[in-house]
Amino acid sequence: MSKLHVTTTVNGEVQEFLCEAEETLLDVLRDRLGLTGSKEGCGTGDCGACSVTVDGRLICSCLMLGAEAEGREIETIEGMAEGETLHPLQRKFIDMAALQCGICTPGILVAAKSLLERNPDPTEEEARYWLAGNLCRCTGYDKIIRAVLETAADMREAS
Amino acid sequence: MALDTKQDTRTEFKIVGTRVPRPDGIDKVTGRARFGADMSAPGMLVGRVLRSPHAHARIVSIDTAAAAALDGVHAVVTRADFPDIPLDAALADIRDNCMAGAKALYDGHAVAAVAATSESVARQALKLIKVDYEPLPHVTDVDRAMDPGAPALHEGRTDESVPEDMSPNVMARYEFGHGDVEAGLKKADRVLRRTYRTEATHQGYIEPHACLAQMGPDGQADMWCCTQGQYMVRDTCAAILGLRQGQVRVTASEIGGGFGGKTTVFLEPVALALARKAGRPVKMVMSRSEVLRATGPTASSSIDVAVGMAADGRITAGFAELRYQGGAYPGSPVELGAMAAFAPYDLENVRTIGWDVVANRPKQAAYRAPGAPMAAFAVESAIDELARGFGLDPLEVRLRNAAREGTRSAYGVTFPAIGLEATLRTARDHPHWGAPLGDNQGRGVACGFWFNFGGNTCVSLNIASDGTVNVTEGNPDIGGSRASLSMMAAEELGIPYEQVRTVIADTASLGLNDVTDGSRVTFAVGLATIEAARAAKREMCRRVAGLWGIDEEAVVWKDGAACPAGPNAGDHDPMTLAEIAAIAPNTGGPIAGHHEVNAEGAGVSFATHMVDVEVDPETGATRVLRYTVFQDAGKAVHPDYVEGQFQGGAAQGIGWALNEEYIYGEDGILQNPGFLDYRIPVASDLPMIDTVILEIPNPGHPYGVRGVGETSIVPPLAAIANAVSAAAGVRMTDLPISPPKLRRAIETA
Amino acid sequence: MVKVRVWGSLQSATDGRAEVEIEAGTLRELLDGLAEKYPALRPQLDRGVSVAIDGKVYNDSWFTPISPESEVVLLARLRGG
Repeated sequence: MSKLHVTTTVNGEVQEFLCEAEETLLDVLRDRLGLTGSKEGCGTGDCGACSVTVDGRLICSCLMLGAEAEGREIETIEGMAEGETLHPLQRKFIDMAALQCGICTPGILVAAKSLLERNPDPTEEEARYWLAGNLCRCTGYDKIIRAVLETAADMREAS
Repeated sequence: MALDTKQDTRTEFKIVGTRVPRPDGIDKVTGRARFGADMSAPGMLVGRVLRSPHAHARIVSIDTAAAAALDGVHAVVTRADFPDIPLDAALADIRDNCMAGAKALYDGHAVAAVAATSESVARQALKLIKVDYEPLPHVTDVDRAMDPGAPALHEGRTDESVPEDMSPNVMARYEFGHGDVEAGLKKADRVLRRTYRTEATHQGYIEPHACLAQMGPDGQADMWCCTQGQYMVRDTCAAILGLRQGQVRVTASEIGGGFGGKTTVFLEPVALALARKAGRPVKMVMSRSEVLRATGPTASSSIDVAVGMAADGRITAGFAELRYQGGAYPGSPVELGAMAAFAPYDLENVRTIGWDVVANRPKQAAYRAPGAPMAAFAVESAIDELARGFGLDPLEVRLRNAAREGTRSAYGVTFPAIGLEATLRTARDHPHWGAPLGDNQGRGVACGFWFNFGGNTCVSLNIASDGTVNVTEGNPDIGGSRASLSMMAAEELGIPYEQVRTVIADTASLGLNDVTDGSRVTFAVGLATIEAARAAKREMCRRVAGLWGIDEEAVVWKDGAACPAGPNAGDHDPMTLAEIAAIAPNTGGPIAGHHEVNAEGAGVSFATHMVDVEVDPETGATRVLRYTVFQDAGKAVHPDYVEGQFQGGAAQGIGWALNEEYIYGEDGILQNPGFLDYRIPVASDLPMIDTVILEIPNPGHPYGVRGVGETSIVPPLAAIANAVSAAAGVRMTDLPISPPKLRRAIETA
Repeated sequence: MVKVRVWGSLQSATDGRAEVEIEAGTLRELLDGLAEKYPALRPQLDRGVSVAIDGKVYNDSWFTPISPESEVVLLARLRGG
């Protein structure tokens, strides 16, 4: 079996890796690049725990092949904070207890960041529908939605 | 000697009751936290399981030669690799569930496993394993499984409580209650008799089971896995594989949800058996389909209820016969359901009968208040229907019959001070109760009860020379318990929260801790943490007494410092914890506090839930508009995470009531093993979930804490069903109330 | 003597009695006494029971004191999620 050579950019750094043709982007991030912040909850694009952005577009990394990352710009949860400075969403999730077990948290944060980049002033309904692809079993979503809306308000005020 | 060392429950706090940031927060928002599947080891192999495609089949033979010969395959195991060690029945069932013996008992039952150098080689190897199955007739429905002629899963497993002429699928019978139900029903102005059904639902944790196991030639094993109890994993794996417990060290990873489903093992003994055979570390991670097909859902149920009510709303008698199918092995939580069914009510005449039934489905695992939600669904639906039939306020009817201090509960125990009436009164006085409703909208209420547990607990509290404190405890943190324990340690020591760090020990580092279940951690581990802190304080006071040259009794601990007290103590400046810690080597060595206990006195818990829904008569779809939880938490240590438990339990209950179900085809194969078709609530399905925390201190805990995690899933099934029935004008008795089911019911009404 | 309430399905093992009397000062003496006086209870005692003493639930703590005035209720073994 021969592996494919792929060059891509992950969280602003150029990365090269070899992968098998059937490996997903999620497999590559976790197993080849050591970026285990993206989680596999289903492998079928239903739970959103593996959410990343590719060229700015929010996707489930379990539904894209690793080989398709060639030449793309990928952002994962590991790139969300700037050094030691947390993204406002990350800070707010801690402050408002918007996580319990934390397994869905990376995917939800990546998805919420993507929402606020497109829509800095989402309604509760817009936030709920945007995040409908990210399953959380612990929280009932209440504190998550509140944290996203409050972060949006803070960021609007700051800008 | 356990003595009645009753101490006053503390009511004034500086840290407990505040909303501090959780210590694992940054790791979890940055992706650094390491969950079950996030650990690797040098030379690691990938393990995969071959699963039965039949609902019920005799395993005639398994040929693994071709798989074992495949390049890259390092081990293949079947049941033959699990030594036939005599085990008690419960452990033997776990072994058989982890790796099938003579028969495959359900679709997805493990029959073989391989360890290979890569995922693709492992998958290829599974295809090369030849299993000769002799398919057998199967049964998946609880009532059909009880038919005398139903296909039998086991022979000779029925216990002495079951009449002889019943199906061998009936494993046990339980009966609880007091009074004379028939006489009580005769006194009623109306007797309602109905049968209610609930489908099996899965705990639905987002993190699939994962395990990394290794064992050296010296027989020393190390495991890393996501579990609700690392000691349970150690003891179970050791028993099944014939190892000594001390040989097996288990480290619990961060855990991505459990809800009871990770209180047992599925992969762990298999991973260890593969690692032993291969002589290399083996990592196993389940797919979502494996999680749904082969790990514990809860029981499905069929429940007959008879409730008699006088026209003034008094319940004259309550009866329930509960049939729970708990999958292929004995142990459905029917006895807990039978005990909990009428627990919220003060009844003169009450009787419940529970039947534990097996069927060709995965072995059930505990799910949040196991057994209680289905029972509460049946009883709370019946009470609601009777109350509405008499034109009575369903909250007032519940208040009229509510259990209180001194009530002899349906399961026999006389209740101490409990919070049910408080939740009902608060609900009645809440603006939600009087808010207007629109067309096709309905409001439902229901009560719920859970026992709450304590259990084996061991905590070590160590003070470093700079005055920082480490609490070492043995229970995986599912929803913020490290924060709560750090808070209680800081409170007791009188130091800032930031000065305490709580870590979770592996099995070699601390004595036995029972699994994180029964809403026990904040209660029992909290109690042990407080006692460990008290032991450390006593030691520090003793050291300071030596320094000051006075009696130990003349030194007391106050505001984080040792202070002189009493007439003969003399004049000394208080010494802070950090000052005492700095000179510990000179005063007797390191300072630590420990506490070991089998904690009792958890204190029962009650809740009342209120929900508004809107139904669409054309599609049968139900939308949840407003939801409020009222629950007694005892002292809420970290209110954010108490609210989170209330909200999460309500959301799971909403899923159980409206969407979630195990769907089996005529072939006994699970038809919806994925999150697309097994649909748990998503953000757009739910409204905000309001919470009202009532704090009625639990006298069994020094800070008044009681468990909060499980009770919140008990009322929602009935609360939703009562709301939908009110909105649609038709009584819904089968869960889930999926759109096609509701539309049919409206059309035929 | 301590009065012990047993749940319905166990009453076939206690000659139909819902309440039995056992000479016991601790939980261990109570469990031993039950097994001795009513051998038919043994299978259930071996599978595990919980015991509520004055409303508090105990699983295994043998030394738990019981007084003749205590309310003692035998329960199916409790487990949680």
